Amino acid sequence: MGKPLVSIVSAGLSKFGKHEGLYAREIFATAAKEAFDRCPKLNPKSDIKAMFIGHMGEAYEHQGHTGATAADWVGLLHVPTTRTEAACASSGVALRSGVYAVLSGLADVVLVGGVEKMTHRSTAEVTEYLAMASDYPFEQWNGITFPGLFALIATAHMHEYGTTERQMASVAVKNHFHGSLNPKAHMQKEITIEDALTSRIVAWPLKLYDCSLITDGASCVILTKPELARKYTDQPVHIVGTGQAGDTIGLYERKSLTSLMSARLAAKTAYDMAKVRPSDVDVAELHDCFTISEVVACEDLGFCVLGDGGKLSESGETKLGGRIPINTSGGLKSKGHPVGATGVAQAYEIYLQLTEQAERRQVKDAKIGLTHNLGGSGATAAVHIYRRE
Amino acid sequence: MAQALPPQYISIGENKMPSTEPFTIDQFYKNLAMGKLTAGKCLKCGRIHLPPRPMCSNCFSQELEWVEIHGKGKLITYTVIHIAPQQFQNIAPYPVGIVELEYGLRIPGMIQGITQEKLQIGMELIIDFGACSTTQTWPEWPRYCFKPT
Repeated sequence: MGKPLVSIVSAGLSKFGKHEGLYAREIFATAAKEAFDRCPKLNPKSDIKAMFIGHMGEAYEHQGHTGATAADWVGLLHVPTTRTEAACASSGVALRSGVYAVLSGLADVVLVGGVEKMTHRSTAEVTEYLAMASDYPFEQWNGITFPGLFALIATAHMHEYGTTERQMASVAVKNHFHGSLNPKAHMQKEITIEDALTSRIVAWPLKLYDCSLITDGASCVILTKPELARKYTDQPVHIVGTGQAGDTIGLYERKSLTSLMSARLAAKTAYDMAKVRPSDVDVAELHDCFTISEVVACEDLGFCVLGDGGKLSESGETKLGGRIPINTSGGLKSKGHPVGATGVAQAYEIYLQLTEQAERRQVKDAKIGLTHNLGGSGATAAVHIYRRE
Repeated sequence: MAQALPPQYISIGENKMPSTEPFTIDQFYKNLAMGKLTAGKCLKCGRIHLPPRPMCSNCFSQELEWVEIHGKGKLITYTVIHIAPQQFQNIAPYPVGIVELEYGLRIPGMIQGITQEKLQIGMELIIDFGACSTTQTWPEWPRYCFKPT
């Protein structure tokens, strides 16, 4: 087992859903407040020496410079604060930036988070803003949306491995079941395979229930050096592996359309650093922006062999109680996908799981957790591995 | 580096194209407006780039030349977009795919002149210049799409 790189001593998450009348910075404050309240020994103003916040789009609220606004609204006005942007992996890379900061020795305690406010915009507007994370001159130019990009992956996966629409739908059913157990999930409602298969087409073969939700939300974790963790909590969760890798902005330029090289490289780095194997992982939060994305992620992370991701989901092994429960939070599919918040929201779920605070969706005796956060169609991937003390 | 430029002109079809034209995406679209599908070839390592790049991302060389790519290729994956961004809503639903051209180069594009039921991975498609108009105002690039051969 690899040595702890940094320790998570607290975490917070806003309710995911529609926050009418709230501004992103206000939602972020609710996530930070939970993290502060959960850790009474932390004095935010004197202890926190740096802050990284993932946020993807200025277009939603006509507001950039998110580091400054977020720091002010959480009471950390003069703290060095940096916004990270890597599309839907914006806070996955914020988390990694927090690891850099702590390991550099420049900041003993770091606040890492993410936020996005999306629901006040129309679906067409959100579709357009999200597409900005894909290649403009060839992909957006040809009318390819984000669901469109993952649909191109899905069609190729179906052709190459015989993956079925029903198998993809089983990911949605499972994640909606998990979401029904999460009081902070956007949609706390179970669905059936038929609901998923008969929902309206977004980008064939992907239908409405293959797609994650347009959601408002914010996430936050507090990191520190492992040797200081006990000062703040009796239940630290250690990050033991971090990996990040990139790939071409355009999906079309990649050799494989059924596997994401960025995710495979990031996973290898994280696994090697953590000295764990895929079979050691007890619980994982994967980037299910679309059902096919979870299918491919299971393969890229080594939870099954290439091509078997659909079968793995259909077998029930990725459901709570199965061999490797995936997206116990409900995932992006059911908990929701406020894009900038997602990476750290995944870390929040793993923190709850490894500290036995996940209540009705608790994975029994979970010791090792993993998060997998994608930006765009995989031009960025961030993988983190966690273990409890 | 600038001194070591390749022979000044290379022939692509009937038009002579100066290799001194910048190896940019904008130039790619200017070539497209002339009915030429082009890519940038690195004279040092031989890598062909589509989209073109001013510096070879394989060997960092800036010695490049334009090569014309045949517009015929093979469909390797596709989808049909139903929920479209604002500027494409008037033509939704529309099929888009990724087409593999010669040298293993790939490019995405809309597919016209075929119904979804007839789309098949592996089928042959050919580029069509100047298809599909939208309400787009920037940039002033020409459109292209693919059609069955």
